[in-house]
Amino acid sequence: MDLVLALEVVSRSDAGTVRSHNEDAIYLNPACGLAILADGMGGYNAGEVASGMVTTQLGGELEKLLTRQAPSLPDRPAMLATEIARVNHAVYQAAQSQAQYAGMGTTLVMAVFHDNAMTVAHIGDSRLYRLRGEAFQQITRDHSLLQEQIDSGLLTPQQARLSQNKNLVTRAVGVDPQVEPEIHEHATLPGDIYLFCSDGLNDMVEDEEIGMALRMLAANLELAATQLVQMANDNGGRDNVSVILVRIKHAYPAAGKAGGWWAKLLAWFK
Amino acid sequence: MAKLILSLDGMLLNEFALLKERTTIGRKPGSDILIDNLAISGEHAVVVSILNDVFLEDLDSTNGTNVNSQPIKKHFLQSGDVIELGKYRLKFIDETKLQAAQDDFEKTVILRPDMPRKPAAKTVADAAPAPRKQNQVLATGVIQVLTGAGAGKQMELTKTISTLGKPGVQVAVIARRPHGYFITHVEGAVFPSINGKLLDAQAHPLNDHDIIELAGVKMEFFFKT
Repeated sequence: MDLVLALEVVSRSDAGTVRSHNEDAIYLNPACGLAILADGMGGYNAGEVASGMVTTQLGGELEKLLTRQAPSLPDRPAMLATEIARVNHAVYQAAQSQAQYAGMGTTLVMAVFHDNAMTVAHIGDSRLYRLRGEAFQQITRDHSLLQEQIDSGLLTPQQARLSQNKNLVTRAVGVDPQVEPEIHEHATLPGDIYLFCSDGLNDMVEDEEIGMALRMLAANLELAATQLVQMANDNGGRDNVSVILVRIKHAYPAAGKAGGWWAKLLAWFK
Repeated sequence: MAKLILSLDGMLLNEFALLKERTTIGRKPGSDILIDNLAISGEHAVVVSILNDVFLEDLDSTNGTNVNSQPIKKHFLQSGDVIELGKYRLKFIDETKLQAAQDDFEKTVILRPDMPRKPAAKTVADAAPAPRKQNQVLATGVIQVLTGAGAGKQMELTKTISTLGKPGVQVAVIARRPHGYFITHVEGAVFPSINGKLLDAQAHPLNDHDIIELAGVKMEFFFKT
């Protein structure tokens, strides 16, 4: 099953109502099952440079690898780790070499859809959520000070909303010579809707409201995307807000005899 | 700047700025906030600052520590909270929340051991216009079904989005926004109409007493008075 037919992909990126620049960046290639979102940080417009570099370079390299005729199934987690390390190095070098880019970096949340599954990589506090039936939940765990405080029991999630230490990420692309992305595989089901977003959405809109909007507008992803950005802006729009919505329309087993057989076998054990 | 205002029986005793990472409170000499009273333990409590957040922790004191009349072990302090130790009161005031530029507040920053307290300030040239001010609270919209099986039924539009119609057949949503209610077609072969006029794919503002027709059912939108 062709990925373009199996996936419906929609995106929006908005500067918000306060900021003059949009430092978020998005890269999509539905034919390769590729979706990438980055939220840049740094003085002046360095954030825009960082997120732009990451999405363009990562997107471009992964596209090449994913469309190549490989003799065997590529090890996607390893492929993502390698390419992320490469682009991290590029951003880090640029930040070191130019004064106006010093300290620049970006978050990253991305996925490669393949074989009725998705390989997800993320660094920082941009998020991936999933709507499956009526259940809406966050799939990635933020790499942030706040999340570490919640995990160690220092703050409850309710208290975290009151914290003034919001938006302090513990990992980012381009700020260190080495970076450790978090990479996981998740099985997908037809009907699932995946939401990738920058913190401009979840900082302005409660998870409950995001889930409600997705549930109600599931039939029309374009409208859902518009609604999410609108809600963020109506609630203050204090940051750039970006969303990618991906709906799994049909199953998309791996092409080819071996892939098909393997997928069927795995399905038996689900 | 965050500070604690110490008082006893309503009488102001002293004011302490929270400048250090740890500010100790107790009877023991050397305490940052020294309270020489038998009801207070030697090491009674401590106020800990983690970047921009401030926490209060009771150090297993004999008589305990309350915040806003509730006993606490560890508490995330919010401006205005009143800490109670025996008969003494410590009011926590955090002015940084009021002063902090909203701009910088939402900016994502990497956490480093050597990082400065405030993220890099934006230049004046970068300053964006103030966010749109909401002048008045929006009155609640109501939908009253006029025809069909549900005639007479009323639905108050209190949520951010409310759906109308039959999923899979004909659905429209009404979005409650700061400046008004808007109806948008979601799915279905036929678009909804307002006061007899067929809508397009765009969101359409709803005015008091507009008549909506959707999936053959007529309903009225009005503002609750």
